[in-house]
Amino acid sequence: MKDLSSRAGLHVVEQEHLHHLFEGLKGRGYSLVGPTLREGAITYAEVGSTADLPAGWTNEQDGGTYRLTRRKDTALFGYTVGPQSWKKFLFPPVTRLWQARRNGSGFQVLDEGQESPKYAFIGARSCDLHAIAVQDKVFLQGNYADPVYRARRKGIFVVAVNCGQAGGTCFCVSMNTGPKARFGFDLALTEVLEGQRHYFVAEVGTELGAEVLQEVPHREATAAERAAAESTVARAAAQMGRTLDTTEIKELLYHNYEHPRWDDVAGRCLTCANCTMVCPTCFCTTVEDYTDLKGEHAERWRKLDSCFTMDFSYIHGGSIRASARSRYRQWMTHKLATWIDQFGTSGCVGCGRCITWCPVGIDITAEVRAIRESKHA
Amino acid sequence: MAKRQPQQAMVAAPDPMLPHPYRVRRVQRETYDTFTIELDQANGVSGLPFAPGQFNMIYLFGVGEVPISISGDPAQSKALVHTIRAVGTVTKPIVRLKRGDVLGVRGPLGSSWPVEEAKGSDVVIVAGGIGLAPLRPALYYLLSHRASYGRVALLYGARTPEDLLYTRELEEWRGRFDMEVGVTVDAASGNWRGNVGVVTTLIPWARFEPSDTVAMVCGPEVMMRFTVQALQERGVAAENTFISMERNMKCAVGFCGHCQFGPTFICKDGPVFRCDRMELFLWKREI
Repeated sequence: MKDLSSRAGLHVVEQEHLHHLFEGLKGRGYSLVGPTLREGAITYAEVGSTADLPAGWTNEQDGGTYRLTRRKDTALFGYTVGPQSWKKFLFPPVTRLWQARRNGSGFQVLDEGQESPKYAFIGARSCDLHAIAVQDKVFLQGNYADPVYRARRKGIFVVAVNCGQAGGTCFCVSMNTGPKARFGFDLALTEVLEGQRHYFVAEVGTELGAEVLQEVPHREATAAERAAAESTVARAAAQMGRTLDTTEIKELLYHNYEHPRWDDVAGRCLTCANCTMVCPTCFCTTVEDYTDLKGEHAERWRKLDSCFTMDFSYIHGGSIRASARSRYRQWMTHKLATWIDQFGTSGCVGCGRCITWCPVGIDITAEVRAIRESKHA
Repeated sequence: MAKRQPQQAMVAAPDPMLPHPYRVRRVQRETYDTFTIELDQANGVSGLPFAPGQFNMIYLFGVGEVPISISGDPAQSKALVHTIRAVGTVTKPIVRLKRGDVLGVRGPLGSSWPVEEAKGSDVVIVAGGIGLAPLRPALYYLLSHRASYGRVALLYGARTPEDLLYTRELEEWRGRFDMEVGVTVDAASGNWRGNVGVVTTLIPWARFEPSDTVAMVCGPEVMMRFTVQALQERGVAAENTFISMERNMKCAVGFCGHCQFGPTFICKDGPVFRCDRMELFLWKREI
């Protein structure tokens, strides 16, 4: 996807014309996935038309709390991120890597045709676009590229949405990852509702985005409309529910491995692994080998895993990280500190999901603050 | 943070998760639970070039995969050699394989012992238990380039005399005039007439010039910790001390995240590490 940052001109698409975007993408063979309302949360699933979007819904989020509530208007994207991220499409949680057949005393690996669906992501938020960029570094820029991720990543079309409100646990401003999407999209929309008007200010990100926009009735945005979009995003930036001071955070955590705060967290953390499941950048997996009862057919599967599990660090007779304390410390230190040495960026994009979906409401921003305010080193 | 050593290119596979079939040529018993396996490539192409200290992921069809250091001579890569202790679901059946059986191999993986950088210096190799297996390729390399090094000392400790590996080779090495071999056991029963004590007890007596020595250490973490300390007490610098670390591995190519040790992935930044680069994390509990 060729990136054309700040291509000249912003356009306006009226809300009643937005469905042309969906049809245009479907006509080009994309499977559209976007936010839908199911089981009490806004989750990403297949969307056929604008009618599938959770119009008029919003959410309240805080530590350990997620509630859907109704808006007074009919905004299509008037909520913040839910428990899922786009990683479920780019990096399927369960994948068969290969299968093999016994062949005399040996074995033969059978060719696995890698199906890679062509996804269009509708409504990707800036924090999640940064998360995709972070996972690109993990899966594409090491010694080996992951073939499954690479195949899926190549084909995606991204319709980003600039947030018009921040969630109770959001801190993208602290992590410099939003609320405005600055890269990684083909089209970016800012939803504006003023009085009777309901429209989208659209920014083109790539040549392909420009082509697709041609199929949607649009016109150039007026100065007033551009200003309305900007103030919508500014409002979100001012509402951040949390802040995280990232000053020298790597050194802070590297020098505080024995800080008493870790014992404090350990008293609360259930090691349930929710945070790693909802985090858009967590990538740890496990590999499992299976065979049929006759021992003639073997398969290797890869599944998402979590460093919070007891056997994640198991070697000859015991786990290196047996205590909850060490496992929480591993996760937080990896996310905010060692990730920087490994991949050149923070692993955290400030989406706040780990705070919302922690059953006991552990707040990564509060934990950093506590260590910083009474650091030993 | 440890600098990645130059790695050998993986043999053929574009997909790093696909194992290559290798045929068992020979299984040799070293001790009651440890066996050395020699493998040939099943498709007839000979050899897997590797650097001393590297490891392979060994796959037993339908059962599972384990990381095992290569324990053979890098100059004789026609047969791939691994020394394996039978401890679990995968390794126990592997050591019962017969000539002609097939294993899957992915590798060679990881960083290697600094055998090039150590040229011109004295070398001390300190091994604990099965830690001698990943060090043996380095020792082979030193001995086949003997003139490039100063003094060479091998200090080896095992729990009991029955746990000593490569006893015949140890006796051959002891017979040479150009290297020093010290062997000790933690505890012994009646017949043993050799040294008794942990391997660190050999360090004060070994002949090497600490200010110009490269130390390569491998064994249980507690053994490596006390060994590095004893070497430092004799004046060997942390920048010249190398250890081989171990963690849980699933993919061994830097994706699954299991082998992380501080900021490093042991599968690609290790398993061989230079001690000074790991100061912030080394020997800390539960890292």
